[in-house]
Amino acid sequence: MDALITQFFNLEIMLKAWPMMLRGLGMTVLLCLAVIPLGLAGGLIVALASTSSSRAVRWTTAILVDIFRAVPPLALLIFISAGLPFAGIRLSPFAAVCLSFFLNNSAYYGEIIRAGIESIGDGQRQAARSTGLTALQTQAYVVLPQAIRNVLPDLVSNTIEVVKLTSLASVVAFAELLYSAEMARSVTYNASPIVMAALMYLALLWPAVRFASSLEHKLKS
Amino acid sequence: MSRTEVFLDTFFNAAVMRQYLPDIIDGFFVTCQIAILVVVSGLGLGLVLAIVRSFRISAINAPLIVFVDVLRSLPPLVLILILYFGLPNIGVLLSGYIVLWLVLTLVLAAFAEEIFWAGILSVNAGQWQAARSTGMGYLQTLIYVILPQAVRLTIAPLTNRTIAITKNTALGMVIGVGELLNQATTAQSFAGNATPMMMATVAYLILFVPVVYLGRWIETRFAWKHA
Repeated sequence: MDALITQFFNLEIMLKAWPMMLRGLGMTVLLCLAVIPLGLAGGLIVALASTSSSRAVRWTTAILVDIFRAVPPLALLIFISAGLPFAGIRLSPFAAVCLSFFLNNSAYYGEIIRAGIESIGDGQRQAARSTGLTALQTQAYVVLPQAIRNVLPDLVSNTIEVVKLTSLASVVAFAELLYSAEMARSVTYNASPIVMAALMYLALLWPAVRFASSLEHKLKS
Repeated sequence: MSRTEVFLDTFFNAAVMRQYLPDIIDGFFVTCQIAILVVVSGLGLGLVLAIVRSFRISAINAPLIVFVDVLRSLPPLVLILILYFGLPNIGVLLSGYIVLWLVLTLVLAAFAEEIFWAGILSVNAGQWQAARSTGMGYLQTLIYVILPQAVRLTIAPLTNRTIAITKNTALGMVIGVGELLNQATTAQSFAGNATPMMMATVAYLILFVPVVYLGRWIETRFAWKHA
């Protein structure tokens, strides 16, 4: 029992690691602020492209979405950060993470928003167009607001997944929360910093997970 | 060399391909193996937990819900690092392979429990009453009447979640499991060429594109509807 506490919940080590972990947490938040809007914007483009009237656009989008949904996010990240340099394309860890997350998240967010758009009856579109709104105005003011509301629980739970995925950035040495914890662990030979990172992720995400579940139940009932 | 030649030489180098194909195939099978084990044990454990939860014993359900919430909130990589680097310090030695399997199983079980439980809840209460009034016991009602309907409702969300968690087998790279991504990055650094990484990407597409399509088909076939 004592060994368990000194190896996993060592307060002394946790206090020493605290400033470093706090910086890591800051970087995680920064990363989220970059990749979530990027993914949502990409997802919106994907959703509009996959409901486009042109078959060529629809098919190209579908193939790209399937490719980026089939490759594990970590494999994509490693490809971009360690594979591309061989072709002379060198990105900073932050840029590599942003690019790989943009490709992966756009596909996921895109599928969710597309489902939302498809849940809106064609009558809405026709009614909007007949009042004189242009196609673009119809999308922006009539279809999308309803579409997004219909798939809000899925958007929230996907966003939680995105926040969890930012931990992958530690593998390419971007100094976010898990990377800082891993550094502290390798210096102290003690798992407490990673347990501390876990607690920080919990504090950040548990309320969000609860919120997502309540949102799901509310919409279904 | 022209641009195209540089590109082909970097990502589709035939000599590198020939040399590292056996490694990539080895990694491919390790990935398949872990993926299948995780799907079987994760979904099985998730179903058992949902059944346990349906007895509504609060002394059991309170810790169960905490367990499920924690595993749904934490990034799997964090759990993998805690178990892989923490446990040896208290005398428990687990291989990377076991740690990866264990963590992904627990994470999938947590998500599956939530989904199965939502499915059980969404089956109309009249089904319970009708089955019980024919003289079936609680477990009989659950197994023969409720679960067949509940599982049908849960198939679409469950498939998507299962695919997402199975792709996390790539996290094995971080703790030295000889799966696909690990073989590819090792080969890439030996070869000084990105072809192995491209081979791994293609291998992942071969493995997961059919699964993604299966998921999409299941989603339209068994859309999440009320019973």
